[in-house]
Amino acid sequence: MHRLNNISKKIRKKIIYLSYKAKTAHLASSLSCVDLMVTIYEDFLKFNKKKISKNIFILSKGHAAMALYSILNYKKIISNTVFESYSKVGSILEEHPTHNIPSVSVATGSLGHGLSVGCGMALSFKLKRLKKKIYVLLSDGECNEGSVWEAFLFAAANKLNNLVVIIDYNKWQATGRTDKILKLGNLKKKLESFGFAAHEIDGHNFAQIKKNLKKTSKSKPLAVIANTVKGKGVSFMEDDNNWHYRSPDKKDYLRAIKEIDNLK
Amino acid sequence: MRNSFAKSITSLSKKNKKIILLAGDIGNKLFDNFKKINKDRFFNCGVAEANMTGIAAGLAKEGFRPITYTITPFNTLRCLEQIKIDICYPNLPVVIVGTGAGLSYSALGATHHSLDDIAIMRALPNINVVCPSDPVEVKHAIKEALKIKGPTYIRIGKKGEPTVNSENIKFKIGKIHKIKSGKDISILSVGNIMRVSIECHKILKENNISTELVSLHTIKPLDKNYLRNVFKKKLVICIEEHSIVGGAGSAILEFCNSNSIDSSKLMIFSAPDKFLSKTGSQEQARKKIGLKSQNIVKKIKYKIKKLNANKNWNRF
Repeated sequence: MHRLNNISKKIRKKIIYLSYKAKTAHLASSLSCVDLMVTIYEDFLKFNKKKISKNIFILSKGHAAMALYSILNYKKIISNTVFESYSKVGSILEEHPTHNIPSVSVATGSLGHGLSVGCGMALSFKLKRLKKKIYVLLSDGECNEGSVWEAFLFAAANKLNNLVVIIDYNKWQATGRTDKILKLGNLKKKLESFGFAAHEIDGHNFAQIKKNLKKTSKSKPLAVIANTVKGKGVSFMEDDNNWHYRSPDKKDYLRAIKEIDNLK
Repeated sequence: MRNSFAKSITSLSKKNKKIILLAGDIGNKLFDNFKKINKDRFFNCGVAEANMTGIAAGLAKEGFRPITYTITPFNTLRCLEQIKIDICYPNLPVVIVGTGAGLSYSALGATHHSLDDIAIMRALPNINVVCPSDPVEVKHAIKEALKIKGPTYIRIGKKGEPTVNSENIKFKIGKIHKIKSGKDISILSVGNIMRVSIECHKILKENNISTELVSLHTIKPLDKNYLRNVFKKKLVICIEEHSIVGGAGSAILEFCNSNSIDSSKLMIFSAPDKFLSKTGSQEQARKKIGLKSQNIVKKIKYKIKKLNANKNWNRF
């Protein structure tokens, strides 16, 4: 777990660097799902020597693109040059991910798309009798989209037990508390009633993330509701929704990096 | 046309094991044979078109040839963003089949009319837009669409449309299909309105007006070579069961504009830019909006009369 924690620290620093350099939004949304994504990329996707993974990850909450790019750079799937080109003219790294990026299968950014495509891929693996799994990361705000619930119904009806849905439940969406906008209520019970095997975890606890992502079912898709903190890892960003759109200035940047370096 | 679709897809699926049929809770019994042959390749996705479209994208990404099927407005506008982002953006080979083109389901009301789908589908990059005119063209369109490495939208009618073509026509997506030859006028008939176009052709012939009739089954990409030549004729008539906004007629006007062709030779017969209600059957609806052969021919003859009055005009 120490290993994953160290990687997460590196990823967080890369994300803050990108937002600082390019002055782009969605910093806090990217920080909340780092620990989830690091665990998935390190321990669940199973990369071969050619950097092609056996299992598939879809970042349905495409606005956390900086987290994705930082991990892809850490995994050397995208070079430092490409990483540095983020958000510049001619770069494949736009502010939302596209299929033009190595290893990225779905262009996301408009919410509520990734899960349906993921279900289609999960169904494909079943039809081809491949023992491949698909991990789809959604945001809690994204669960406002009706298409997400259509996909939940489809996944359960078609017994897609090779599908793992992870919800980055940071309790915020763009303009306010998810609870105050469209209350999700008891999400675990909702998902269970939709036919999922659902588990609620601390989305920053590597042991819990690993243990729950490993769970399998004979006939049910898996949902992991990860309670997270938006802006996690930087004290002055944590649970402050201003950092949904704000990007750090030099002072913020240096302070944030120092804080992460000092984290255990 | 939908029976032809079911029959064709069942027959194609015997050889092509990559075909997967996704339906939005319609086609009860229509696909019984398909299901019998392909037990694990038919999925009723329920009344959830947005998800069905995303599922198709996921299947296509993994090498399958998915076909989504439901009533036209629900398989186009209802899931438009999924078509745009999940299918067209990565240029995935999904075939979207909408049944109920134009006013096929007139009596079901404006919720089931489809007078805007050509405009909206052709606005999306990468997708082909195909409107077969009879059951034979449906068969060919689906077969050809499955050969293309990108997305295709196929707009079909309902059932009972007359068969115009012989079985072994030469059909190519992006090329017009000529039905009758003629030298002065050309009728470009779009999809399910073919019966009306044939009537127009017949009446014009009886009036000694030499008229060509073609099936303009592909609206995107347009048959540019044909269009370049057809405007050498004296009049070009486009007949479509679609709104005047953005349909085949509009596509031809865009073509004329970008190729410096005089578009005043073009007459477009289409539906008005409004919601239609209390229209009754498809036949009654067509009558109400002027998409009947008598009305169309009357207008064509009036235009000819006006053109012939012009001294500089090469008289008919």
